Amino acid sequence: MSDPSINIFTDVAEIKSPLTLVSGKVIDEYNLKYETYGMLNKEKNNAVLICHALSGNHHAAGCYNNEKKPGWWDNMIGPGKPIDTDKLYVVCVNNLGGCHGSTGPTSQIPNTQKIYGSSFPIITVNDWVNSQKELMDFLKIPSWRFIVGGSLGGMQAFQWTIQYPSLVKNCIVIAAAPKLTAQNIAFNEVARQAIMKDPNWHDGNYIEKGVVPAQGLSLARMLGHITYLSDESMGEKFGRELKQAKLNFNYDVEFQIESYLRYQGEKFVTGFDANTYLLMTKSLDYFDPIKDFGDSLKEIFKSVKSKYLVISFTSDWRFPPKRSREIVKLLLDNEKDVSYSEINSEGGHDAFLMDNEDYFGVMKSFIDEVNNGI
Amino acid sequence: MAFRKDLLLISSWIRPRSKVLDLGCGDGELLKLLKIDKNINGYGIDNDVMNIKKSLTNDINVLQMDLDDGLGDFESNSFNYVVLAQSLQVVKNPKLLIDDMLRVGDEIIVSFPNMGHWVARLQLLFRGKMPVTENLPYKWQDTPNIHLCTIKDFMDFCKENNYEITEKYIANDKQKKNLFNKVMPNLFGEVATFRIR
Repeated sequence: MSDPSINIFTDVAEIKSPLTLVSGKVIDEYNLKYETYGMLNKEKNNAVLICHALSGNHHAAGCYNNEKKPGWWDNMIGPGKPIDTDKLYVVCVNNLGGCHGSTGPTSQIPNTQKIYGSSFPIITVNDWVNSQKELMDFLKIPSWRFIVGGSLGGMQAFQWTIQYPSLVKNCIVIAAAPKLTAQNIAFNEVARQAIMKDPNWHDGNYIEKGVVPAQGLSLARMLGHITYLSDESMGEKFGRELKQAKLNFNYDVEFQIESYLRYQGEKFVTGFDANTYLLMTKSLDYFDPIKDFGDSLKEIFKSVKSKYLVISFTSDWRFPPKRSREIVKLLLDNEKDVSYSEINSEGGHDAFLMDNEDYFGVMKSFIDEVNNGI
Repeated sequence: MAFRKDLLLISSWIRPRSKVLDLGCGDGELLKLLKIDKNINGYGIDNDVMNIKKSLTNDINVLQMDLDDGLGDFESNSFNYVVLAQSLQVVKNPKLLIDDMLRVGDEIIVSFPNMGHWVARLQLLFRGKMPVTENLPYKWQDTPNIHLCTIKDFMDFCKENNYEITEKYIANDKQKKNLFNKVMPNLFGEVATFRIR
C-alpha cells in the first residue's frame, strides 16, 4: 500500500532549447513530463533523480486520486522508505522518446498536424542525460545528492557521473551492465522483429492508420518478461500448473504460465507505444560508454566526484552479477569510491523492483550515510 | 571511539595516505580507523550482507565478494597494503589467496588466532575435546574455521612458499607482549600478526 502522506507533484517542463543528439539529429523543442515528491530544501542540496527502465515512466511513487495502483517504485520511495521523501526532493522524469507525456513517437511534430511515429529520432542514454540536465536547470537544481536507477535506469545514472562529473554527488547503479552482450542484443532484436513483422506496423506510422501493432508489441513484452524473471521464480509461481484439470491436446492456453504471459502482453499493449519500445531497446543496444569515451575516460574519471553503490541480484540472468562487477572493476581501476552488494534473490532481473530485506537494508544504509554526511 | 587492539597494531604498520585493501573487513572498523589516523584510501571486502550494511553505515567502501574466488577484480600492484585480519582460517585455499594478495599489494599483513596456544593444547590433551577459547569461540560442528594453524605451522608455510616475513607480532588477546609469548610464542601467543612481502 502506498503511503497517503506522500505529496505527488506532476507537471510538464517545456524545453525550448534545441537538443543535438548523438546521431547528429536535432530536436528543436520538447516536453518532459516529470513528477516530484518531497521538498527542495533551502540549501538546494537534497535533490535526487530517479531514472526509469525500459517500460517505466515518471510516476514512480504514490497513488493518484481514485487509483489503487501506486507508482512503479513505491516500495522504495516515500516517507520513511530508503529513498525518504521527508528528507529528499525526489524527481522522476518520463524519458524523451517515451509515451507517458514526454515528447516521443506518439507526439505531434511541432507546427504540423503530423504524428512523429517512426520519424522520431533514436535517443541514446547520452541524449537522455542531456535532456535530464535541461530539466535539472528548469527546476533550478544545482546538483544531485544522488542519482539512482535499475537496469536501463542504472545505465543513465552511471552515464550522468561521467557526462556531468561535478553535478552528481552519489550514484546508485542497480542490476545494470556497462554494455549489452550479444545475447542481450539478440533478445532486443527478436522483440523488435516481433513488432515490425506485425501486419499493423505500417513502417511505424500505425497511428495515422488508426491501428496498433498489438500482436507484435505483446509478443515483444512476453519475450522481455521471460528474461526479467528467473527459472526459480517462474517455477515457484506457476510450475506446470494447468488452467483446467486435464490436457486438451490443442494449442489454446493450457499452462498457467501461458495464460500469465498472454495477460502481461495484452495489458502492456494498452499502456505502451511500439515505437517507444523500439527506441528504448535501441538505446540499450547502443549503450557503451567505455567505447564512446575511449581513451578520454581515464581523464574524465579524474574529475568524477561521485561515490558509487553498485547492486546486483544473484538470479538476474539478463544483467547478472558479473556484469555489475565489470562496472565495479572499472571504478576500482580508476580509484573511485565504490561499494558493491550482490543480493541473494530469486526474483531475476525484476528483483530490483521487489521487496527484499537485504536489498532495502543496503540501500537504506548507503542513503542514510549520504544524508547524514551532508 | 575504542578500536580493537589488534587493529591498532596493524594501523601502526601502515604508512599515511597509502592505499589499503582489507579482506574480511567485517563492519569496516580497521578501514575507519585507518581513514581517521592515516588518511588512507581503502576498500573492504566481505561476503556477509550484514557487514556490507554496517560498513556502508561507517562510510567505508565495501565490496560484497567471496575471498575464495580470489582477487581477480584487482589489478597487480594496485594497493600498498592488502590486509587479512583474523580471516586466514576461514579461507578454502590459503596459499592461493596469499599469492593473490602478494600480487595485488606491495606488502601484505596477515593475522590469525594461534591454535598452538597452551589453553588450546591443554583442552585437547586433558579434556580430549576440540579447543574452544576466546579467540576460537566455535564448537567443531559450527565453526567457519577450516584452516586453523599454529604459529610454527604458518612460519613453515611461509618458508616453503618463499614468503618473506619482514615483521611479526605475537601477543596475548589484549595485544600485549610479555616474557612468555616472547620466549615461547607458539605456546603463549594467542594472536599472531605478520608482515609479508
